[in-house]
Amino acid sequence: MQGIKVIADNCTACGACEESCAYDAIHVVDGTAQIDEKCTLCGACVDACDFEAIEIHRKAFKGEDIAAFSGICLYAEHRNDRLASVVLEIIGAARALQKDLKEPISAILLGNGVKHLAEELISYGVDEVWLVDDPAIGDFCEDIQADLTTEIIREKKPAIFLGGGTVIGRSLLPRVAARVKTGLTADCTELTIDGGNRLLNQTRPAFGGNIMATILCENSRPQMATVRHKVMPEAEKIEGGHPGKILEFNHIAIPEPKIEFLEFVEDHTQTVNLVEADYIVSGGRGLEDPKNFALIEELAEAVGGAVGASRAAVDAGWISYSHQVGQTGKTVKPVIYLACGISGAIQHLAGIKSSDIIIAINNDPDAPIFDVAHFGIVGDLFEMVPEITRQIKEPL
Amino acid sequence: MKIIVCIKQVPDTTNIRIDPETNTLIREGVESIINPFDEYALEEGIRLQEEYGGETNALSMGPPQVENALRDTLSMGIQNAYLLCDRAFAGADTLATGYTLAAGIRKLGGADIILMGRQAIDGDTGQVGPGVAENLGISHITDIRKIERVDADGTLIVQRAVEDGYVRLKTRLPVVLTVVKEINEPRLPSLKTKMQARKKEIKIWNKDDLEVDTDRLGLNGSPTWVTKIFTPPKSQRGKLFAGEKSEAVAALIKELRQAGIEPDKNRRMLENAGN
Repeated sequence: MQGIKVIADNCTACGACEESCAYDAIHVVDGTAQIDEKCTLCGACVDACDFEAIEIHRKAFKGEDIAAFSGICLYAEHRNDRLASVVLEIIGAARALQKDLKEPISAILLGNGVKHLAEELISYGVDEVWLVDDPAIGDFCEDIQADLTTEIIREKKPAIFLGGGTVIGRSLLPRVAARVKTGLTADCTELTIDGGNRLLNQTRPAFGGNIMATILCENSRPQMATVRHKVMPEAEKIEGGHPGKILEFNHIAIPEPKIEFLEFVEDHTQTVNLVEADYIVSGGRGLEDPKNFALIEELAEAVGGAVGASRAAVDAGWISYSHQVGQTGKTVKPVIYLACGISGAIQHLAGIKSSDIIIAINNDPDAPIFDVAHFGIVGDLFEMVPEITRQIKEPL
Repeated sequence: MKIIVCIKQVPDTTNIRIDPETNTLIREGVESIINPFDEYALEEGIRLQEEYGGETNALSMGPPQVENALRDTLSMGIQNAYLLCDRAFAGADTLATGYTLAAGIRKLGGADIILMGRQAIDGDTGQVGPGVAENLGISHITDIRKIERVDADGTLIVQRAVEDGYVRLKTRLPVVLTVVKEINEPRLPSLKTKMQARKKEIKIWNKDDLEVDTDRLGLNGSPTWVTKIFTPPKSQRGKLFAGEKSEAVAALIKELRQAGIEPDKNRRMLENAGN
């Protein structure tokens, strides 16, 4: 098969490659591994092979002169006059990278009347803010933001460029990466510097959280990644202040926007923002009927928390998609996540893993949710959930 | 109106399980399916065609068996299907995929609206839509929950889902839109469309059919590469309570208080603020 080769002399027909392949493209036939056309060259089998019997041949990607790039840059997403909370998480990650790299941290800040946010970025440890503050920049629009971001990156040449794994970050960064023709890794949960070659190790879940992959971008710059919200700890303000400077990029022309912002409509079904909530009570298929979400809502109200749901409950039409927690819904990081009647499919677990404490209520002691729950009650949720509400409402 | 829906064939990750003994993927019984988010894109494409007229096309890049997935799009009611299939495309990351799909769209003569799902469930990146738009030099908007209307002057109004609600945006054709599952309810194939689909030809193009720089295709055109794949470590099983409801719940709440967590702190704060 073109691009990938099995070295028959090394192959022991152990079958480890077969198990590693998510595309059913490698099989041991007549004593050696054989690869068919379903192969996507993902490399999982190369990694799984203990005998160096599989090789993938690749030409080095033709990127720019990578030696000209240095520093860690981040995209400072903001809304309603405030930095997005993911920005503080990215600064935290950048400061950890800075310890190994010993290179400055910069932030690209684009908006109208946002200079005070530049000061705030500096107070958290950003060394340089690359600012365009102009009334022509309105509410977030990909086209303007992508043009300005690309121009600044081309001029300043950061070695690393990070953004939030948010709706905005996951729309803007792919556009910028395609324009500067560099690599971008989506939704990373861990970023480290490889000691030897100073490359950025970008680790992220794939296949719905079933596997983790570490990804490198060796021959092009910047090395770009979006960072999953609510996974990395937020940076603290630097005690005694931090010396930083603001560089204004007034010479870059702001293009006419092709996308016009009309209005923002808030989701009123959720009184507490799920993504930012400290307490979340979630319901799943075990609720059996949409009207039983009332039990979940009562408890959520009693603790001042938000209402979440599993994909099964959303797909059944019991509650709106905006409540869905998990891989294809929202990633959450509350103090307490209480899962009621949720079996714990891997897609759901992917969205709740960063919670401080996970509590599960399920009548099946073998439900996978109990594998990740810190505490659990094996029992009938129709008895247990109202009892929790009652005991919590009881005065101490 | 000319519509192209880009789809990906993926392993059905909902059926992938981890073998607890060996900590490896169990592939058995895992089927290849159309990426579920792309089904919403296909449905939206068909609805747009039904409302505004024009033609619907499905486009994919992948190995020969992706023809099955494209056949399914025809069964749903898509009119034409195209597969970009060449060993040189294999191993593409999102940069190379966006480049190659854009070349396929150009070969098709472009489109007014290019639709795809917000992300594929195997890679979960969501990066290909914006990449295709950039390669075509047109706008894109991600996470569309509703296309309100397309006007005769070539403008359209859409709703984009954001973390705490949605925003309404206006832009011009041509545009790339990625959709979330709130947007519609995908239809099941009818007997008639299934019969029609069986007779249709799926056009297959290789790299020589496209105007491309071969250095930008597949593995060679991919700046990112996976250096390590591992299964996440299994966490310790937590403490379980069972038995009579008031006792089980009291034991749980006691445990939480011992861990320094006040489950009713927020409520008391809210009440105090109200007083």
